[in-house]
Amino acid sequence: MLLQIKNLHAGINGKEILRGVNLEVNQGEVHAIMGPNGTGKSTLASVIAGREVFDVTAGEILYQGKNLQKLSIEDRAREGIFLGFQYPVEIPGVSITNFMRTAVNEVRKYKGLDPLPGGDFLRLMEEKKKLVEITSNLTNRSVNEGFSGGEKKKNEIFQMAMLEPMLAILDETDSGLDIDALRIVANGVNKLRRPDNAFVVITHYQRLLDYIVPDFVHVLFEGKIVKSGGKELALELEEKGYDWIKKEQE
Amino acid sequence: MESEANKILDEVTQGDYKYGFVTDIDTEFAPIGLSEDTIRYISGKKNEPQFMLDFRLKAYKHWLTLSQPHWAHLNISPINFQDIIFYAAPKKKKELSSLDEVDPELLATFNKLGISLDEQKKLAGVSGVAVDAVIDSVSVKTTFSETLSKHGIIFCSFSEAVQNHPDLVKQYMGSVVPYTDNYFAALNSAVFSDGSFCFIPKGVRCPMELSTYFRINAANTGQFERTLIVAEEGAYVSYMEGCTAPQRDENQLHAAIVEIVAMKDASVKYSTVQNWYPGDKNGRGGIYNFVTKRGICKGSHSKISWTQVETGSAITWKYPSCILLGDHSVGEFYSVAVTNNHQQADTGTKMMHLGKNTRSTIISKGISAGKSNNSYRGLVRISKNAVNSRNYSQCDSLLLGAKCGAHTYPYIQVDNKSSIVEHEATTSKISEDQLFYCQQRGISNESAIGLIVNGYAKEVLKQLPMEFAVEAQKLLSISLEGSVG
Repeated sequence: MLLQIKNLHAGINGKEILRGVNLEVNQGEVHAIMGPNGTGKSTLASVIAGREVFDVTAGEILYQGKNLQKLSIEDRAREGIFLGFQYPVEIPGVSITNFMRTAVNEVRKYKGLDPLPGGDFLRLMEEKKKLVEITSNLTNRSVNEGFSGGEKKKNEIFQMAMLEPMLAILDETDSGLDIDALRIVANGVNKLRRPDNAFVVITHYQRLLDYIVPDFVHVLFEGKIVKSGGKELALELEEKGYDWIKKEQE
Repeated sequence: MESEANKILDEVTQGDYKYGFVTDIDTEFAPIGLSEDTIRYISGKKNEPQFMLDFRLKAYKHWLTLSQPHWAHLNISPINFQDIIFYAAPKKKKELSSLDEVDPELLATFNKLGISLDEQKKLAGVSGVAVDAVIDSVSVKTTFSETLSKHGIIFCSFSEAVQNHPDLVKQYMGSVVPYTDNYFAALNSAVFSDGSFCFIPKGVRCPMELSTYFRINAANTGQFERTLIVAEEGAYVSYMEGCTAPQRDENQLHAAIVEIVAMKDASVKYSTVQNWYPGDKNGRGGIYNFVTKRGICKGSHSKISWTQVETGSAITWKYPSCILLGDHSVGEFYSVAVTNNHQQADTGTKMMHLGKNTRSTIISKGISAGKSNNSYRGLVRISKNAVNSRNYSQCDSLLLGAKCGAHTYPYIQVDNKSSIVEHEATTSKISEDQLFYCQQRGISNESAIGLIVNGYAKEVLKQLPMEFAVEAQKLLSISLEGSVG
């Protein structure tokens, strides 16, 4: 098992947001997590990545059998956890090329590998850019600076392709995307799917799931996963909205 | 979370100064303290002509009438000028005629600092850099002088210039920074010991970077160097200056003067990487750096560009300036100033627009960490006759942590209606979002801060000559090591 979340409780400034989440993700699977706004979807993603503003108050997260809470943010990343951000931050003056080169080489160092020689790195970039259909000039620009919403999300997918994670969590990657950008993002994910890795796709709408077909769909509501099913659950949610789930909970 | 941020900050800002070693060389000193005798001793040691001694003594008499300025945002412990040795020179057995005769200890020192005084090595490269190496009060070696002289370029120590080109020295010395200019300029004019002299004749484009490397080695010793650069009509030169000092508990004084004269169509680019010993993390020791740097664009269409990366010194007081006298002349100031621990910097520029259609650009990037204070102070003055002039100023401050300070003091005076002055200022912090983003990609905190700070300073760093840029980038990361948050 790649990821096992057991009875996870977490919050911020004493306010509990996750109230007993259970989730199991195996290699080769794609999971979609859906749910209304403010139910803890992004918090779950941040907690798995190790963001320090959130406190884990109970439960545990096992990743490849290891207790994640003992690992720093960067070590979780180096172990193969990738978070695609809902709102990627700007880093002025730092080119994507330089940023990615630093990231790739720090991950390699952690694994006991030598830094990738400049030529090899550039070749790898070209290959991945083609894979995720992004243009050359994007990688010469500063990280996310002045990027459109679509460019930011494509950049996230490009970084994911470069880092080849074992577990990729995409936090509302589809928000703010037009249909073409959505297709490019989804294609990128589909091309990166392998039998040994897994994706957790957090989304608000079923629309993304037309392109990234999930094996499992979970509904997160008031800090708990209240319903799980196959891809047809997403269609049901699209049709009926979330109200019937709310009612079921009452 | 706040405490976590502080912990990281501490880690990143507490890197060690890597140039703090002392070289054991046989040194001769002037008697301690300052008096007319000290000045006569220095002038005598250098076998100077009468006009130099007269200049020094006039400056000294003027200095006695002045008191130390206190208008800067700096907290300076009193300086006792009678405790300072004003002249220290590595003893040499005879006149040097080749590199082989330079004290091997000195060569080793410069090699350790990454500066090669060996011309052969440099010639193998694509572009050479001519180096004047100044240790304590004297220049020990200037490389490539002969190659440069074929182009009519004079590049030598100031002392040699006094001996071999007294007319040029007499004509230009003090013409941009008179000894009456300020307290530290008067002091320097009285006791300066060495420095570099460059003269680029009409129409000559200097074929290599010129560089002076300053090193303070001896204890209790001040360094007072003086540099003079003259670019005749249509000439071009790029000049770089670097400096380091051993790690000592007491403060040491460095008071320099740099003068630049650019005639019609001439262009001078002056780059500094200032890495004097900043003191330890408790604020003990470090160099007091009081420098007067000024250039005059004398002829039309001339240009002077200052680029500085200031990471060292306990106290920095420095305002490289341009007097834009010639019509259509251009002045530029690009600065990155980093302060950490207890360092204090009050630095900026003065752009004096006197000619018509003159233009100036100021880009200042301050980075404060630890308990340091970092101030930008700049004057833009456009005179009545400087019609259609333009200035653009951008002053950005980046704060790392909650105990440091960033201050901006812009002074703007415009005396005609056809000129345009723009000033932009921002203050920012490295956000927790930026750090998390980097860390989530596997980048450690220290690397993340290095990346973000270098990105922030990019506009300035890209102005540096290649030979300096890589060094400066590393230096920025090292200066902030142990200080991220």
